[in-house]
Amino acid sequence: MDNLRELYQEVILDHNKNKRNYRKIDNPDGFAHGVNPLCGDQIDVYLNLRDGVVADVSFDGHGCAICTSSASMMTVALKGKTEADAQALFESFHHALTDDEPHPEDVPLGKLNVLTGVKEFPVRVKCATLAWHTFDAALKKIQGEISTE
Amino acid sequence: MNNVAQYDVESIRNDFPILGEKIHGRPLVYLDNAASSQHPAQVINAIKELYESGYSNIHRGVHQLSQDATKAYENARATVRGFIHADCIHEIVFTSGTTESINLVAQSYARPLLKKGDEILITHMEHHSNIVPWQMVCEQTGAELKVVPISDRGELELDCFSELLCERTKLVAVGHVSNALGTVNPIKRIIDMAHALNVPVLVDGAQAVPHIPVNVQDLDCDFYAFSGHKLYGPTGIGVLYGKENILSKMPPYKGGGDMILSVSFEKTEYNALPYKFEAGTPNIAGAIGLGAAIEYVQNIGLGAIAAHEHGLLEYATSKLRQIDGLRIIGEAEQKAGLVSFVLDQVHPHDIGTMLDMEGVAIRTGHHCAQPVMEYFKVPATARASFAMYNTFEEIDVLAESINKTIGMFS
Repeated sequence: MDNLRELYQEVILDHNKNKRNYRKIDNPDGFAHGVNPLCGDQIDVYLNLRDGVVADVSFDGHGCAICTSSASMMTVALKGKTEADAQALFESFHHALTDDEPHPEDVPLGKLNVLTGVKEFPVRVKCATLAWHTFDAALKKIQGEISTE
Repeated sequence: MNNVAQYDVESIRNDFPILGEKIHGRPLVYLDNAASSQHPAQVINAIKELYESGYSNIHRGVHQLSQDATKAYENARATVRGFIHADCIHEIVFTSGTTESINLVAQSYARPLLKKGDEILITHMEHHSNIVPWQMVCEQTGAELKVVPISDRGELELDCFSELLCERTKLVAVGHVSNALGTVNPIKRIIDMAHALNVPVLVDGAQAVPHIPVNVQDLDCDFYAFSGHKLYGPTGIGVLYGKENILSKMPPYKGGGDMILSVSFEKTEYNALPYKFEAGTPNIAGAIGLGAAIEYVQNIGLGAIAAHEHGLLEYATSKLRQIDGLRIIGEAEQKAGLVSFVLDQVHPHDIGTMLDMEGVAIRTGHHCAQPVMEYFKVPATARASFAMYNTFEEIDVLAESINKTIGMFS
């Protein structure tokens, strides 16, 4: 049960129930559709940038509590971050969930630390990282478009 | 009901070493049998003994071990024949599992026969392995895939079946028991209806053979496919039954050793049934393990097993119905021992993880039946599926664990 409490902390259950930034953005700068084909989780991420800063980010779709709360917490964590900071946070979060090796370059996760309990449940790691991968795809699409200009 | 009263579930459980395991400190409650069932010591020992004292390649050596292994392998085929009451032994083809059996029929029977305008008829409740091989062969030939719809209870719409069945239909492929819903389909009726129009029928029996006595001659099905690993046997072994007059006309599915009589660069003569379809060194230990599994099931009796599992199903259904916010997906009149369900507040994956921590193993996801999930408008379900060794107390643990899960998430 201790492990379970670690996995389903109050903060996580709260974000699952009261999703933050759970909405579509009309005509977003960036958009990506994320699917976990193994379990059918689907997350859409919408993203607006202003002067290289995440001005607005939101999500919709459906998934388990880990997937949903991770998406919700991600949107809160990313708002106001520069593109570079957002990407560093994604990589640090990914390392924390998947990698035993230390990464000195990683940035502090802050409130996202509550999700690191997922590491003890290897089959659930993809649930926690789906929204982040989707965000990363949305951001790269914008960067790709910019770089071709 | 005598069978139920005399059914000694404890002595059966003692035959399955894994059932004594603890998971996260709790006694294992294994309710994922529709995905794969566990193995009695009799199966494990048959494989162990083969490798320790009787193993060799088969069908070719003149030495003693090869003769012994050949005999054991062919005995397993005879056991399968008796189990599904096939007319003759060479109607039993060993494959790697249900999936390969169905692909064999799609590529070797259907593909040479199909042309543009022809139709294959399947149902909305099929497992992906009874959908995708037909989509592939339709793409290859220009034939069309037609799908019989299902009802809200999870039963086939037989009226629609009879409307869709026509002179363009070249094959009907239907599951005996649905892995996602538990529905037992009226396959005898389906076969009779198809045969009235001279349409052959393949039955996907993967979920049926562990739970229902099957007599392929009574059913008069043209093909019947199933796997060993859902029948207390090993993985990587399965069976395709086909009527001799149909199998004998089909070209080989794979080329290689053992499926030939003679090979020259000008011409190769194919071996007789069933070896024509068993190219390469087969899964010898798998077949022998499957034979031992079937003998184990026969000793207990499928009738007694079915009665026990029906009791578990009724008990689980009534227990789960009492849980607020729980919806059972699939409420057919005729069901095999599984309950698929969703909770209002909790996603199936979270249910799966919560139950796992209580030692309860269930399956969560789309069960390789995404069209079924789509029909019931759920992304996934949680599924508890029963086997001969499950107990009523285990159903209680399941229900308590679900209640705990709801408590945590509410």
